[in-house]
Amino acid sequence: MRHDGQPASGTVELTVTWLRVHGRLFASGWRRGATYRAAALGGLVANATFGLLKASILTAAVRAAGGELGGYDQAAILAYAWLTQALLGSVNLFGRSDLADRMKDGSIAIDLLRPVDVQTASTAQEVGRALFSLLPRGVPLVVLGALFGGLRLPTDPAQLALGVISVVLAVVLSSLLVYLVAASGFWTVETRGLQVFYMIVSGFLAGLFVPVTLFPDWLLTLAWSTPFPPLLQVPVDVLSGRVTGTAALALVGLQVGWLAVIYAIGALMTRAGRRRLEVQGG
Amino acid sequence: MRTTTTAPAVQVSQLTRTFRVRSGVLGRREVTAVDDLTLTIEAGESVGYIGANGAGKSTTIKMLAGILVPTSGTVRTCGLEPVAQRKALARRMGVVFGQRSQLWWDLPLAESYRILAAVHGLSAAREQERTAELVERLELGAFLATPVRQLSLGQRMRGEVAAALLHSPALLVLDEPTIGLDVLSKQRLREFLLAERAAHGTTLLLTTHDMGDVSRLCERVLLVDHGRLAYDGSLAGLSREVGARRVLVVDLAAPTPDLVEVPHAEHLGSEGGGLRQRLAFDDAATTAAAVLAAVSERVQVRDLSVEEPDVEDVVRRVYQSRGR
Amino acid sequence: MADVAAAWRPYRAVLASRVRSQASYRGGFVLDLASSLLVGLVELAEVWVLYRAISDPGGIGGLDLAAAVLVFGLADLSFSIADMLVGHVDTLPRYLRSGTLDVFYLRPQPLLAQLVTSEISVRRITRIAVGAVALGIGLVINDIAWTPLHVLFLALVVLTSTATFAGVFVAAAGVQFFLVDASEMTNAIVYGGRYAASQPASVWSKPLVALFGFAVPIAFTAYLPTVALLGLRGSAWLPGWVGWLAPLAAVWTWAVALLAWRTGIRHYQGGGG
Repeated sequence: MRHDGQPASGTVELTVTWLRVHGRLFASGWRRGATYRAAALGGLVANATFGLLKASILTAAVRAAGGELGGYDQAAILAYAWLTQALLGSVNLFGRSDLADRMKDGSIAIDLLRPVDVQTASTAQEVGRALFSLLPRGVPLVVLGALFGGLRLPTDPAQLALGVISVVLAVVLSSLLVYLVAASGFWTVETRGLQVFYMIVSGFLAGLFVPVTLFPDWLLTLAWSTPFPPLLQVPVDVLSGRVTGTAALALVGLQVGWLAVIYAIGALMTRAGRRRLEVQGG
Repeated sequence: MRTTTTAPAVQVSQLTRTFRVRSGVLGRREVTAVDDLTLTIEAGESVGYIGANGAGKSTTIKMLAGILVPTSGTVRTCGLEPVAQRKALARRMGVVFGQRSQLWWDLPLAESYRILAAVHGLSAAREQERTAELVERLELGAFLATPVRQLSLGQRMRGEVAAALLHSPALLVLDEPTIGLDVLSKQRLREFLLAERAAHGTTLLLTTHDMGDVSRLCERVLLVDHGRLAYDGSLAGLSREVGARRVLVVDLAAPTPDLVEVPHAEHLGSEGGGLRQRLAFDDAATTAAAVLAAVSERVQVRDLSVEEPDVEDVVRRVYQSRGR
Repeated sequence: MADVAAAWRPYRAVLASRVRSQASYRGGFVLDLASSLLVGLVELAEVWVLYRAISDPGGIGGLDLAAAVLVFGLADLSFSIADMLVGHVDTLPRYLRSGTLDVFYLRPQPLLAQLVTSEISVRRITRIAVGAVALGIGLVINDIAWTPLHVLFLALVVLTSTATFAGVFVAAAGVQFFLVDASEMTNAIVYGGRYAASQPASVWSKPLVALFGFAVPIAFTAYLPTVALLGLRGSAWLPGWVGWLAPLAAVWTWAVALLAWRTGIRHYQGGGG
């Protein structure tokens, strides 16, 4: 991690400073999330409508398949239908970010002058905003799903805790992935193409529309070789308790692995992009 | 073109418009934007509609154009009922909104005129003739092929005026037409509007913050405050009532005692030991040139500027002079 | 005829210039074409993935993969055409903020007609192509007892389903006069409706039947006409023969849409907008 301009005065102090700065950035993202109340309500209505539609078609599909489809029974597929919608306001599958706008209008040059790493700083803000959305969108959808949609969450506290960890990991991973989309702006002015591509592909391969376990083998292999199933399929399966025990731990481990890989790629891109801007003089 | 026996351009009677606005968390309160307004503007007049921000000018214009429905009272624009007869009215009225564009942002300026000619159903011959006239008199030729978003503010505003006049409306309403324009652009636009009126007898109604617009363009001034008509008459009359004075600021070659004896001018103050002096004068009584000539007789002038009276200032003084 | 040409001239002038303008941003335009093609293909792939996984010959909700492709084709073709022609109206708050709607008042055409013809999204053409191809495949791989009535019905349904979706867009715009901040709320109906259209309505829960079967008659755009064409049974609430009434859904939707639009415009002129 970079600490440009910070006096090197011991690892502990650096860590404390890092945590304080990123804590503040996280909090500012959280507060920004709180300002979009009307949009959150609209999003909730849209998610609930889609939740009803998905629950109908997917339970019918499970019925038609004889009670079990791709490893999902009725209860599991209901949980899948509602939880994917509940996470949609928080897991960034659209590819858009504030940073992409700052890249485009050139304010990134100012960000690079600050003594905070651009990647971790913007990720902290995005994660703050995204986790806030769990309150107006995620939690109400889980409640709606439980009241009207037959959604049941596991009662085992260990499994629930692991599920919550998996959700947070998915949110952070999506923010880091979206950072990659924005960071491509170091090399090209127009990042909209990549953003649109991310939006289309990430949703499909993350299991937004149908669980990836229904994919034919070749598509399933392709999906699992990308970081997208850990964005939605994994947290939904862990939180709903469809996958338990060591298998669940393995899935969370996979999320952590992807997190490290995507973070490292982002860090490399940031360093190369910074150098490129310095060479070109911004 | 038009006969003198046409209906009044604007006829407004006891016009009132209230809005309900949110106040606090749950409360709502009524705000009266236009309050019992009665006035008539005859065809061919040139009228300045002035008032402070939020005085109800834009609300009045929206009611004249049929965009807003009056809360009570009646409106006739060009003899028509604006809401019920909007389409017929659109053929007789042109509006330039200072803050919103009727041009197509991403297209060359000329393309907007082609579309607007189709929108207003102009014949090919009429379209060509009118476009050519406006392009020439508003000096649009140099940037007709430029996309509107690349035009300067002054160029765009001239383009907007041409767009509003393309269908030769009998009534042209301009909402803050010179806001943000530099001195030269303002001057050009005012000259054009005078010429357009002379050539076609177009009725002009303009809202403005700029007393310069009023003094150059308007024979009649309507002053509104808090939705009410506070003054209706000539600019000279308004000046008499409140002294809508302009201020000549002169920078002199050497420190000079206060210039207190210039005819028709009042010395307001000096700076830098008399190097810069400010003289107020009344447009009704004299001209900037006469005051300057009188100053030049006495001392050597290095630089000068003229400050226009501020509408807010005029409004304030109307109330002062009436003891309110 | 001359009158008709004169009446169309304003709209034609605007639309022609919109098309030219979009095509002139070549790079962005190609990207838009490619992305809407990809979106269409991915959505078709979803249908394929789901129905392929079912071995039961009864399929899901009475539709097998072949029938599902036909439903998808009808739904996607008609929605995409409507989206290209009138999809921009559900961004009404943008028109209100920029004052474009006020400018429409200064022109001698109906406001709604001006709004509808103020833009056209040429980029949706690739999405339309996906829908058309899916519909073509669906018509070939299904066993349809073709009669002239079937042909006429199919042609009529493409038109009326397009009209239904267009009506939904207009109704959403009318509602947005009141809900300037929450256009995502109408998205639930517009885009939820698009998703619902490609589904067998026979699997819907009661609230969904009420919402997308009757209030916003999305079931009549693709599922019910397919049921009629294939001679299937349908469901208790929406039996097979109802499919033949599909064109009436367009009439109902437009009645609601015009009412919503008029109410919205009244509200705007009343100063609440």
